[in-house]
Amino acid sequence: MEILIYGTVNSVVFALIALGFTLVYGVSRVPNFAHGSIYVLVGFLTWSFVNDLNLNYAVAVILSILIAAIIGLLIYRIVLIRLRGMATSEIIASFAVSLIILEGLRMQGIAGFKGFIGPFYVLKPFVDGKVELFGIFVDYQRLIIVAVGGALVIALSLFTHHTKIGLSLRAIAQDERAAMMLGVNSDRMAMIAMSIGSALAGLAAVAILPLGNITAEVGYRVLIYALAVCIIGGLGSWGGAILASFVIGFAMKISTALFGALWESVVLVGTIILILLFRPSGLLGKQKELEERV
Amino acid sequence: MKRLDRSIKVRSEGLYALSSWSEMAYLLAPRLLLIVGLLAVPFFVDMYWQRVLCSAGIYALLALGFDFLAEYVGLVCLGGAFFIGTGGYIAGLLNHHFHLPPLVTIPIATVAGAAISTLVLIPCLRLRGIYFAIISFMFPLFAVFIIIALNVFGGTEGISALDTFPSIWLELYLILAAVLVSLFAIRRLVNEDMGIILRGVKDNDQAVRASGIDITAYKTRAVFIAAMLGCFGGAYLSHLYGWLGLSLFAMDFSILPIAATVMGGMGSLVGPVLGAFILTPMSEALRGFGQLRVVLYCLILIAFMVYKPEGIMNFLQRKYHQFEKWEKV
Amino acid sequence: MAGDAILKISKLSKSFGGVQAIMNVGFELERGQILGIIGPNGSGKTTLVNLITGFVKPDKGEILFNGKDITALPPHKIANLGLTRTFQVMRPYHSLSAFKNLIVPLNSPRVKRSAAGKLGDVDAVAIDILEEVGFERDARVPYKVAGSLPLGYLKRLELGRCIALRPEVIICDEVFSGLSMSEISSLIPLLERLRMEGISMMMIEHRLRELFRLANRIVVLTFGQKIAEGSPEAVMNNQMVKEAYLGTETKA
Repeated sequence: MEILIYGTVNSVVFALIALGFTLVYGVSRVPNFAHGSIYVLVGFLTWSFVNDLNLNYAVAVILSILIAAIIGLLIYRIVLIRLRGMATSEIIASFAVSLIILEGLRMQGIAGFKGFIGPFYVLKPFVDGKVELFGIFVDYQRLIIVAVGGALVIALSLFTHHTKIGLSLRAIAQDERAAMMLGVNSDRMAMIAMSIGSALAGLAAVAILPLGNITAEVGYRVLIYALAVCIIGGLGSWGGAILASFVIGFAMKISTALFGALWESVVLVGTIILILLFRPSGLLGKQKELEERV
Repeated sequence: MKRLDRSIKVRSEGLYALSSWSEMAYLLAPRLLLIVGLLAVPFFVDMYWQRVLCSAGIYALLALGFDFLAEYVGLVCLGGAFFIGTGGYIAGLLNHHFHLPPLVTIPIATVAGAAISTLVLIPCLRLRGIYFAIISFMFPLFAVFIIIALNVFGGTEGISALDTFPSIWLELYLILAAVLVSLFAIRRLVNEDMGIILRGVKDNDQAVRASGIDITAYKTRAVFIAAMLGCFGGAYLSHLYGWLGLSLFAMDFSILPIAATVMGGMGSLVGPVLGAFILTPMSEALRGFGQLRVVLYCLILIAFMVYKPEGIMNFLQRKYHQFEKWEKV
Repeated sequence: MAGDAILKISKLSKSFGGVQAIMNVGFELERGQILGIIGPNGSGKTTLVNLITGFVKPDKGEILFNGKDITALPPHKIANLGLTRTFQVMRPYHSLSAFKNLIVPLNSPRVKRSAAGKLGDVDAVAIDILEEVGFERDARVPYKVAGSLPLGYLKRLELGRCIALRPEVIICDEVFSGLSMSEISSLIPLLERLRMEGISMMMIEHRLRELFRLANRIVVLTFGQKIAEGSPEAVMNNQMVKEAYLGTETKA
């Protein structure tokens, strides 16, 4: 029972983290390596707004997520837009941006921000306290995560199926050329995708970070999780991302229960390698992933 | 006015022999400058900077490998640290547990490390380039997780008191020689048949398959070669400081070669090497700033990518070939 | 031995997520002959080529080449058996010079295995092949970077790439498309010469007039299905083929 609850929470955590990345990759085929760094950045901004500027928590959250969206847009506009189409350069550039943000945050004593050491940076959970569910005590925060995750999936699917922008995003994701011929501006869509994706990263950060500390390492971990989910689920596949989140989420919790917490990473690596060997395009990936179709 | 370069360009494209001294000098001069310059520098600097030179050599090997894979095979390797770590750990462990001297551990670590690295990368070679980028990024971090989790190979503390090299001159010239040999070897390779096939894979891999070539096999060989460069660097490193630990998998080893390559000129092979020899001392000089260095490399990288994507060496090579020589009529 | 089938395709089917690209297609390519595949756009012609040459795995069906089942083989193995193809979307190795493009197939196991595979100088062989397909050696065309060549030369380069493999079969995917009349007329003798040397060919084409001059037999595809097969004259007069291309008459 405990595994069921914590497994679900863990899975939703993965899903929240991966959705933003999947969106950006699906639309622009650019892997946003800066995803994890934006996650941490939002956490840090919220913390500063609340602690240094004494803003109201809700305001801080909304502000940071907005800033994340703007940063995502800027990243695309300033860096990636000149590199569209050159796959090697796109990857290198977004990786570099990620490092700038993460290592920059790791610095100490610059511009008044304190360095990222230890447990000094903790976001308060939205609501303190636990509730009892089927005999297990669960933090409210964890429940909130699940609620946010569920709401997000519903909101996103409504957005992509019923709004003009959402439909344009899906169009570009499915067939860029055709969508462009129908008047959809590929660069604009990519920018929108980057901002939404970054906002999603921010949202995930705000929901999940209260469970732990904010450190730069978290940024790398988050990036790895997002990448792992996408590989296992299939790059560009939404259903796959969600399915993979649950697979990984539960696998890791089960292995913790059976073997202890340290084996979690091993399980993750193992799953990735297994998928690459036996089902390379991911659980729900399309055949396209193997090689470009002629 | 005689254009000195034209006759050479036409002839070397068409595989004819060079016939005049001035033309030979034109081609050889930059290369000699490089070799002599590199080998001579150690005499002009003090011990501290000589050590820095050794580090620069390691980064140069990594940058060379990265450029080779990225521009000539189409694979972006974001995890050079994995090669360093694998080579370093194997050499260090052989030295620590079996007391084999560096002369033996380094070659073994180079080949074995490359073999292991290639093996774990094989599953993603069948797939599109982005998979390779993602997986190579993850591997150094995974290696660290696993070493900590299973507490093997010295765990978080690492292992110290490994053998070091008998003299600083050996250290220096070993790595410099390795860099020069690798540089010219890979230069040669990309113009040999195997290199041409790899470049074909980068340009249009489906056509290569349709020509009867097993591209996965070729990509594997290319990765093995690049891995050897990195593993040698790692093995050398563990004997340079006599210590192995988690820092062998540091992000620094993954990112500085990339910055050096972009700055030096992707595809030029010699550019990345020079880039490494520029960035490493620069990074040493900025050691006081801690993590700011990485931020700096990345900013430089992005600046080059956005404003001068061809990089320094490509720019210089272009200009050199456009060099015109006035002659009295 | 004329008259026996070098390539036998039966009951080939493939669907892509709900779209039936090829359904129950079967035909034979006879040794030493040219078979034309025609049909309106979207009829699955390129998919057919991808299926035969191993780039896409069929859902059902069987492909026999020289009696050997090649249905599940990967593209490079099929090429090594002697079944080559050109690509409709021209993508040469654009950073390499033209003759270096041919060095790739010249390094395939098939070429290396053959007696002539003990080549002294691969580069010279590459240039010779290019000359065969019409690259003027004296104008130094073979040395030009492939990315800078005009379309006519690129098509010849594609054929050169196939020829370098010493194939038994060449599948030409719309090799005439994008070429002017004069370029096509200079390409046709090359194809006829290849046929005379014993190479069987399958040509996917839209340029019906030129194709009908070359081909021995024609197969017509519409919406992934074969609707007609026969000599060029027979196919031209076939009612169903006319409807497929031109549509049916509406009652006024």
